[in-house]
This record gives sequence, structure tokens and C-alpha cells, in this order.
Amino acid sequence: MTYYDWLGVLSVVMLTMFIAIGWWAYSPKNKTRFDDAANSILENDPVDKAHGDKH
Amino acid sequence: MSAAVAHPAYDYRTVRHFAMMAVVWGIFGMAVGVLIAAQLVWPDLLASEWTHFGRLRPLHTNAVIFAFGGCALFATSYYVVQRTCHTTLAFQNLARFTFWGWNLVIVLAAITLPLGFTTTHEYAELEWPIDILIAVVWISYAIVFFGTIAQRNTSHIYVANWFFGAFILVIAILHIVNSVQFPVSFTKSYYVWSGAMDAMIQWWYAHNAVGFFLTAGFLGMMYYFVPKQAGRPVYSYRLSIVHFWALIATYMWAGAHHLHYSALPDWAQSVGMVMSIVLLAPSWGGMINGVMTLSGAWHKLRTDPILRFLVVSLSFYGMSTFEGPMMSIKTVNALSHNTDWTIGHVHSGALGWVAMVAIGSLYHLIPKVLGIAQMHSTRLINLHFWLATIGTVLYIAAMWVNGIMQGLMWRAVNSDGTLTYSFVDSLEASYPGYIVRVIGGAFFLLGMCIMLYNVYLTTNDAKQQDTIRDTSEPEPALA
Repeated sequence: MTYYDWLGVLSVVMLTMFIAIGWWAYSPKNKTRFDDAANSILENDPVDKAHGDKH
Repeated sequence: MSAAVAHPAYDYRTVRHFAMMAVVWGIFGMAVGVLIAAQLVWPDLLASEWTHFGRLRPLHTNAVIFAFGGCALFATSYYVVQRTCHTTLAFQNLARFTFWGWNLVIVLAAITLPLGFTTTHEYAELEWPIDILIAVVWISYAIVFFGTIAQRNTSHIYVANWFFGAFILVIAILHIVNSVQFPVSFTKSYYVWSGAMDAMIQWWYAHNAVGFFLTAGFLGMMYYFVPKQAGRPVYSYRLSIVHFWALIATYMWAGAHHLHYSALPDWAQSVGMVMSIVLLAPSWGGMINGVMTLSGAWHKLRTDPILRFLVVSLSFYGMSTFEGPMMSIKTVNALSHNTDWTIGHVHSGALGWVAMVAIGSLYHLIPKVLGIAQMHSTRLINLHFWLATIGTVLYIAAMWVNGIMQGLMWRAVNSDGTLTYSFVDSLEASYPGYIVRVIGGAFFLLGMCIMLYNVYLTTNDAKQQDTIRDTSEPEPALA
């Protein structure tokens, strides 16, 4: 395997990783988890809860 | 809500210091920018050995990018990482050191650049002793930021921190690799790299400074402050994950588009072009994610100028990340390269996106770290918003017109093959655009001065109410 062959392998690995990340992000079983993460800065902020977001 | 809930005592002192200095350095850097823009109209204006265009231009770029942008990034990242990880800042003395160290770097830049000490690498002009100081400060910054994440009280690391983290990590790598130099004296060094390799490393550095310092870092701001100010969660958290990985994987390869038609191998130029076009997808994914966060809350734009700053910054982000890939196409670049179009493109990103999202975020953050409900004057924020928007539009429209005109004039040939116009012809034709640019820049600078006045009034309010604390107060329930 030459250096250039390894570059080809790297491209395939990178593409596979990208597709895997996309699949993981959009898999239905992770939906609730990510929705919770999005809401966390609004609903679970201890300072907002304590001070009515004055601080 | 006044229910007693325990929360950690966040370290607001360093955040507050960085936020204040962001405003001060913003005025300084933009004032130098307006001065050098005026020097292109009136070349003798305040020109001396130390204050001519060639010496002041790197001072302008370093001041607005690293002093204004840098202080805004330090302030917001230290604030966001504490608030989203529900923990106080790790290594607080080291965080204070990053404040004093970073500001010392800026002062040294303001002294050495007018004196003519320069490595000549664009956006990396500072000489080797200052480079070492930057590296020490930056590694300290990484220790504070990642240390805070390591001690978090949440299971999930909120997406804004991913962007801040990538920005901190990549800038460390870029700065260290692009600063490998042989010192020949205390004030002079030569790069280890040479020729086309030196050019490629320089633009790998400089374009990723755009990609990570001016984009990833400010996207970190966007993912926290837009949802907070709009009072709505980000449109799609799942899109933000894809956005993050796609953006950081693609930006790394795009720098070669600065070296089209140069001694760089043709294939490397083409890779730079292709990856720049691919970049359109993640850039617009992020922009749409930010703008759509407002769906259902658009009415808030009528009354909230802070939200207006944030949303208009995303519009400029979308515009400049469409323009960038187009300009990286080699045939378009043949027209645009070395013209004022490039300057217009940079400022649509720098004023429209970077400065506006930073200003919006600072207006959200400053009252909170002063312990009061809001900025002293919403009307002044509104006035600032319009000055900034009109200033940016004047600036970039003038540079578009100038750039395309210059590109067309430089390539025009007579039937016998001689050039139709001399360079001076194109320079004379550019004067009206240069005057409009000074006006646009002055509008933007005036807006920043109004911001400083508003911050001063807000600080006075906080002093009168005695609300300024070095840490957010622990909740009475704990007492």
C-alpha cells in the first residue's frame, strides 16, 4: 500500500464516520435526549430558576 | 420565579473584565480601521514613519480580530461554559492570568507593530517573544475551559461548548505550527518554512483562523445567546451536531483558495476550491438553525434590539458564507483576487457577522455579570443596531462596486493586446467607494462608542444598586 492508497482509505473512513454521525444524530431513539439537551439551557438553568433570570 | 434553588457561585469577575475590554478594544481597533480607510482617501492624514498605512493595517486587523474578537470570545466562553455545565470556572487564578496575559499581548502588539517589528505573515505578524506569550496564555485558556467541562454537574455537554472547545484546540495548533521560527535577535525571526510550503502553511493558518476563531467560536455564542435571548430552544439540536462535525472537518481543507494561480500545485488549488464550495452546506445548515430558532418568536424582533443584532448577524453570516465559496471558484477568483471585493467580503463577515453577534451577546451578558436586570438604555441599543447595520451595508456595497470595477478594468485589453487602463486609472475610479467606506466605518465606530456609553451607564446603575459581585450569589436556600 502506497501513501496515496492510504489517503483513499482515509477518505472512505472519513465519509463513513460522517454518515455514522448523521445517522446517530437523527436516529429516533436519540430524539428525546437531544430535545432535552436543547431545552436544558432554558429550563434547567439554576440561576434562572433561583433569581428569575436577573443574574 | 422566586423558588429557592441551589446553584453554584459562578465566577463572573473574569467574564466581566473581558466583556468590558471587548468594548474598549473594539473602539480602538475600529478607530484604527477608520483612520487607515481615511488614509486611502487622504494619504497624508496623520501619516508618519510609525502611523502610515503599512504599519497601521496589521494593527487594525490584530486589534479587531484578537483584541475585540478575542476578548468577546474569552468573556462568552467563560460565561457559557459555567452556565451550561452548572459549575464554577476551574482554576480561577489561571483564568485571571489569561485576562492579564491576553491584554499584555494586545498592548505589546500596539507598541511593536507601529515600530515596524513584524514577521510579515498576515494575521500572525507579532514577533517570536509575543508568540510565546500567546501560546502560554492560550494553553492556560484551554486548561481553564476544558477543566471546567471536566468538573461539570450535567451529563450532557451543550453544543455551544463543542464549538468553543474546537475553536480553542484548533487555534492552539494553528498558532504553534505557523509560528515555528528561527530567532536571530530579540525582535527579528525567520520562518522555518519557505517558498510555496510557507505560503500554504500561512493560508492554512489564516483561513482556519477565520474558520475557527471567527466562525466556530462565534457559532458557540450563537448556539447559546440566540436561544436564550429568544426564549426558545435551538431549532434543531440534531442539526447542530451534524453542523459541528461537518464544519470542522471541511474548514481545514479550504485555505488553498487564497493561493489560486500561484506557485502552489494546481491540484492543491482545486482541492481548496472544492472544499470551499462544500463548506456552503454546513455554513448554511448552521445559519438556518440559528434563524429558525426564532420561528414562533418573530414578533420579539419588534421590541428587542439585542435579538435584532443576533438575527441580522446570522443574515450576514449566510450572505458571506455564500459569497466566500463563490469567490473561491477559480474563474470568479480571477476577477475578484487582489481587488476591494475581497475587503468587502471580509467585512461582511467581520462587521455583519462577527461584530454583530458579539455585540448582541455582550448586551445579553453584561447586565447579568453586573447583577442587574437589563442594560441602562434599550433605545441606545436600538440606535447602535441601526448605526451598525447601515455602516456595514455602506461599507460592503462600496467595496463590491470597487472590487468588480477594479477586476474588470485590470483585465480589459485593447484590440492590439495592450492594457486599456493603467493601475492609477483604476485607483482614481475607486475614490468614491473609498469615501463611502470611511462613512460606513465611521457609522459602525460611532455605534461602538454609544455601546461604551451605555455600558458605563449600566455599570453606574449596578454600582448604585450595589449588585456587582465577583461571583453570582449562592441562593439563600443554602444559607
